[in-house]
Amino acid sequence: MFDDFFTRAVIGGIGVAVIAGPLGCFIIWRKMAYFGDTLSHSALLGVALGLILELNITLAVFIVSSVVALLLVLLQRRANLSSDALLGLLAHSALAIGLVVLAFMTWVRVDLMGFLFGDILSISTFDVALIWGGGLFVLTVLAKIWHPLFAATVSYELATAEGIKSDRINVIFMILMAAVIAMSLKIVGVLLITALLIIPAASARTFAKSPEHMATIAIVIGSAAVCFGLIGSLEFDTPAGPSIVVAALLCFVLSLFRTLNPFRTK
Amino acid sequence: MLVSLKNAGIFRSKKWLVRGVSMTVEAGEIVTLIGPNGSGKSTTAKLALGVLSADEGHANRKDGLCVSYVPQKVQLSPHLPLSVTRFLRLTFRPDRKAINLALKATGTDHLADEQMASLSGGEFQRVLLARAILSSPELLVLDEPVQGVDFNGELELYKLIEDIRNQLNCGILLISHDLHVVMSTTDRVICLNGHVCCSGTPATVVSSNEFKSLFGHRASSGLAIYEHRHDHKHHLDGSVVGDGTNANNTHTPSKSEVVSKNARTPISSGPINHKAIIHSKVNSDV
Repeated sequence: MFDDFFTRAVIGGIGVAVIAGPLGCFIIWRKMAYFGDTLSHSALLGVALGLILELNITLAVFIVSSVVALLLVLLQRRANLSSDALLGLLAHSALAIGLVVLAFMTWVRVDLMGFLFGDILSISTFDVALIWGGGLFVLTVLAKIWHPLFAATVSYELATAEGIKSDRINVIFMILMAAVIAMSLKIVGVLLITALLIIPAASARTFAKSPEHMATIAIVIGSAAVCFGLIGSLEFDTPAGPSIVVAALLCFVLSLFRTLNPFRTK
Repeated sequence: MLVSLKNAGIFRSKKWLVRGVSMTVEAGEIVTLIGPNGSGKSTTAKLALGVLSADEGHANRKDGLCVSYVPQKVQLSPHLPLSVTRFLRLTFRPDRKAINLALKATGTDHLADEQMASLSGGEFQRVLLARAILSSPELLVLDEPVQGVDFNGELELYKLIEDIRNQLNCGILLISHDLHVVMSTTDRVICLNGHVCCSGTPATVVSSNEFKSLFGHRASSGLAIYEHRHDHKHHLDGSVVGDGTNANNTHTPSKSEVVSKNARTPISSGPINHKAIIHSKVNSDV
């Protein structure tokens, strides 16, 4: 019934949803959506670097995003510019630089649309293995740092004062984020990665009673969005990445009805 | 010694937030920081906690010190599903019984299953305090712990803080605006204004000129017994009028010592009953 490429797309997409769910929750709790945007837009630079050095694209994106994340942490600590202005400036500059660098590389034929909006239907078995292998690693690290990371999310000062190495934990979190961005690139592209991180988490909020609960629901909603998005894209012949985001948005809209339901007991 | 600051300072955006702060907190002692807005109270507390590292001078804590902290502000994202009970387990794994005790002590046992986001300001502060006392800390740092708490609750919570000190024999570093309450529960007061203006027992500080010039005669007249002449005034930035220097300079310690000695002389006949001072003030207000 399903073609092989479609199965790969579903399995790869769900793999990304599984890691994007919990990380997306932290991004929302920490009000770092714009930060995620900046990181994912800078992924295009990683693509260019990967093409120049003939590296694996995912690896190159991971490296560039990690470096950008660490630079941002340093900049935010030092700069007087408000952080949303700084991030807004860097997000689009990074995207523009990536586009310009790619344009200079006339010797390679680049599927720019694929990098901007994702090309999930063309992922290889190796890509799927990379997503699940890397994803498992990311989840393991996240589980290890979950409690200190959560404490530092609730209050950096409180956590630091009570002996949690918040700075170190924050850096680990940034690197996990860079990893997820590198893995999602193929699925939804640099412009829509943040959506895949944030929308399932935001939809999970109304159903969640605890942080862990919210992360789990975000995984379920994200996976559902991947499935429905892909089916929809087959059905209506729409681009796969954006269809997944639209499906996630529909989940979010449905979640709003729960808040509005006047018959809800609690 | 639980924590000590030696001549510590924090430099941010081209100015010293605090400078030349020296202080210690010992086990079983309540030390209170008072001072106007922006005088560096919270910054000093963060220095003592190690949340900020000193740009000048030193901050030392006892090895393996168990600290609890009630920050001045905890801003939770409305997207964070966090129950009170879960919040109490944030940095420490207490058992159910300890949680119930702490909630009961702060009068919040009915809130155990509520979401943090749904609490009122006063309830939130009580829960913060409940969390802080849960781990039986050696050092408790409370940055305006009763803000937004109703009047009766305020007295109760200060009583609780004192009880905690007596039970655990922990050191407490308290930041507070409630001068009257502070004066009754505190062992030592440190008056800050970018630098240590004066410090000592509540009675000494209240009667010192630095205290009067910071808080005005009205504050001191309700608390102090002795009148002294002004020896300096403060600019808004905390610098001393006519001193020609800025806020970053500390007073010479000898100055405040002189003041405290002066203040002490007339009472050599016996110790001051701080509570009596407070009560007289409260009664006169009523």
